[in-house]
Amino acid sequence: MKNTTISDDCAVDIRAVRKAYGAGESAFVALDNATVSVRENEFFTLLGPSGCGKTTLLRMIAGFDYPTSGEILLNGSDITSLPPFQRPVNTVFQNYALFPHMTVAENVAFGLEALGKPRTEVKARVAEMLRLVQLEHLAGRRTNQMSGGQQQRVALARALAPQPKVLLLDEPLSALDYKLRKEMQSELKRLQYETGITFIFVTHDQEEALTMSDRIAVMSAGRILQIGTPREIYNRPADRFVASFIGETNFLTGALHGVANGKAKITLKSGQSVVVNAASDAPASGDVTFIVRPEHASVVEGSGDLRGIVEKVVYFGTDTHLHLRLSGGEAFTVRQQNGSVSGSAVEAGQAVAVAIAEGAAQVVRA
Amino acid sequence: MRKGFSVRHQPGFTAIAIACFALLYLPVVTLVVYAFNSAPSVAAWGGFSLHWFEVALTNSDVIDASVRSFQIATVAATLATVFATMAALATTRTRRYRGQTFIYAFINQPLMVPEIVTAVALLIIVAQLKAVTGYSGLGYLIAAHTAFCIPFAYLPIRARLENMDLSLERAAADLYAKPLYTFRRVTLPLLWPGILGAFMLAFVLSLDDVVITEFVKSGGQDTLPTYMLGQIRRGITPEMNAISTAFLLLSVVIVTLFFVVSRKCT
Amino acid sequence: MTSANDLTTKLEAVDARRRWLLASPALLTIFLAAIGPLFIVLAYSFLTPGDYGDVKWQFSPDAWIGVFFERDIFDDTLSLATAHVDIFWRSVKLALITTVATLFFGFPTAYFMATRNERSRDLWQFLITIPFWTNLLIRTLAILQIIRNEGILNTALIKLGMIQEPIQILFTDTAILIGMVYVYLPLMVLPIYASLERLDFRLVEAGYDLYATRWRVLRKIILPLAKPGIIAGSILVFIPAIGAFVSPSVLGGGKNMMFSNLIELQFGQGRNWPLGSALSITVMIIVMAALLVYVRNNSAKDERHA
Repeated sequence: MKNTTISDDCAVDIRAVRKAYGAGESAFVALDNATVSVRENEFFTLLGPSGCGKTTLLRMIAGFDYPTSGEILLNGSDITSLPPFQRPVNTVFQNYALFPHMTVAENVAFGLEALGKPRTEVKARVAEMLRLVQLEHLAGRRTNQMSGGQQQRVALARALAPQPKVLLLDEPLSALDYKLRKEMQSELKRLQYETGITFIFVTHDQEEALTMSDRIAVMSAGRILQIGTPREIYNRPADRFVASFIGETNFLTGALHGVANGKAKITLKSGQSVVVNAASDAPASGDVTFIVRPEHASVVEGSGDLRGIVEKVVYFGTDTHLHLRLSGGEAFTVRQQNGSVSGSAVEAGQAVAVAIAEGAAQVVRA
Repeated sequence: MRKGFSVRHQPGFTAIAIACFALLYLPVVTLVVYAFNSAPSVAAWGGFSLHWFEVALTNSDVIDASVRSFQIATVAATLATVFATMAALATTRTRRYRGQTFIYAFINQPLMVPEIVTAVALLIIVAQLKAVTGYSGLGYLIAAHTAFCIPFAYLPIRARLENMDLSLERAAADLYAKPLYTFRRVTLPLLWPGILGAFMLAFVLSLDDVVITEFVKSGGQDTLPTYMLGQIRRGITPEMNAISTAFLLLSVVIVTLFFVVSRKCT
Repeated sequence: MTSANDLTTKLEAVDARRRWLLASPALLTIFLAAIGPLFIVLAYSFLTPGDYGDVKWQFSPDAWIGVFFERDIFDDTLSLATAHVDIFWRSVKLALITTVATLFFGFPTAYFMATRNERSRDLWQFLITIPFWTNLLIRTLAILQIIRNEGILNTALIKLGMIQEPIQILFTDTAILIGMVYVYLPLMVLPIYASLERLDFRLVEAGYDLYATRWRVLRKIILPLAKPGIIAGSILVFIPAIGAFVSPSVLGGGKNMMFSNLIELQFGQGRNWPLGSALSITVMIIVMAALLVYVRNNSAKDERHA
């Protein structure tokens, strides 16, 4: 099993890294106090909207940019100020950046030749890499005559050939169409498994991040908001932004009365109360925001946790979305699986009771 | 067949364009035809002959001037291309830095000054330098030609560099290539067509120059164009047509080469 | 400031130094063989002419006075140098007409080239580049042989019975004008073509879709979008035209002088280098003024459009 091979050894250690452009009051802070430890053999994803600082962080690990303060360690040694060609780190660029005047094989050989490896070794390694990405038959081809997916594979082979300690991937799938993107996602997972190299992957696509990563760092406006496994990030978002950026969410507000054993009781405007998960650092009392994922709520017979009126029913094939107005006036969505062909019994205008699955409600930072 | 409405059509434009092309070529073609005239005048046709080419080829002044033209053009175009390439590398693919606009304006300055002014300015300074140093070789002409060729060589190279994907060099650095290795393996090969085109343009410009050469040259340093100017001012013979035809052929060859190089690489 | 920040600053400083070093051979050459000498011309324009050319290092404003005025040799009074003013006027007039004429012929030519299909476009581009790269003197010689009294033009007109006697074109202003339009036309066509080639014809379609006539589409859509090319072309033609040397020398004969001939005269038979220098500076001032007016006019219009 792959997960077991992730050790606690740190591959990349990013310590309090800050990047500001300009100085003084007008300075633009691209990255603020970023601290992350990426483990050995991990598939680690930096996830966030464009401009959140994820690419800046990646560029600093690659050596194309330098932090204003803080340091970056690779296997324990400081690489903060090393130029890119002295770092055992390789990058798969967003637009692939394949050398147009070279063949596929020459592209893949480039890094090994720059390192001054003997010719026979280069040749063997190039063949091995092309086999790995299934492009042996195109070795002599110019890269500008290839499809997007093939170029992507060449870029991967080129970056993996020198056996880097860490492979950086800068939104490598964003230029591909949907079907090819799905294919390359599993291809990337396979490559990581077979090579055992630490991958740091940058994307703005939450689904891509959830399906591929061992761990995810969610970023926004130059800050790292949460680091965790896909399950943790999805089910236990620490922050309102994280919750809204990943998946669909209902946000509700209510008064909290004391936290005990990670649980708390919240009273809504309607007077109903809900038991929620709350981290120990949650405020001990007062108004707080909590989330409920639409698929964690269901329309039930009897009293339930919440009451509301169905305003709209939207059919999605695999499931049906019920848009409710709660008795306190809040909007709330329930996602019901379409288990049977007969269709939903619920209709617009109907008053319903809603149950929230055990442990599904979660307090978030506003 | 019905003719639809053409979005691209503008009344009269095609006629003007065709007329322009015809009028651009008609005089040159006439000039070439009369180079093969056996009569000693450029007015009346006396039958086909290669006589005037023979006359030109046995005229030692013509040969000397041609050789000198090529010497100057080769050295000046090479220097101008090397210098322009370096300057283009210095002024592209970076965040704006202080002095960049200054370098840009400085290099393009020769384009903004009428040639006659530069020519006169060089005449004065060369006269002084000759008096001081005693040197009166081709160096002055080469320096002058290099200077006015630099902006012409600079512009195409700069354009090519600006279109070049910066991430290619980044990718090379990422793959352990040190700056010089990156330049040799990535930047230079991609820039090569631009450099070659710039060299050809500079070579032709140097070869064609009349005004600056006319003012800077010392006695006995005629290039082919200044020699021809002197002859034309005295009255024209078909020998001029023969020389012009040979010169023209050279231009066509160089333009063709230029097109082949630039097409191949796009 | 932290040490890493210092690193960025240091790297930038190293980079800037490397860039200046790379640009220095070009800058030095241009300074020594193009810009620097201009300052010497300026200095010379305030000196006294030497007896056999060159100068005496004595300050004198005479050269600048001599640009516009003549000193009567008997009573020392100054009168307007009509000969000089004639030459200035001819140079400016011919340069302007050349610019307008090349624009008039060049724009449709460039438009024609830009609306051909991809393959034949290459051919037309090739055809316009050949004259551009052909020696200016040769092209002037070719035009000379066409317009001279025994040339093709007059011969054809006489044969057609349209005229009895050959028309004297050579050694007139018209000859200079024809010559300049002929040699500078490619300089106008190429930049306009470059800007029209990128023209998005969907914009033209949108114009017609919104009920514009052909003339209106040309005036309101095509011309404004081609403006960078038109400006570049006009500058490229006007500057060499006002300082033209070959065309007036070969086609204008001895008496239809332009600026450059007058300047040449001062450095040759005239032996008045300070006057020649002052005249050169005058040409430069005219060019700079024209550039300034032209650029400012166009940017003012842009602001109004915006």
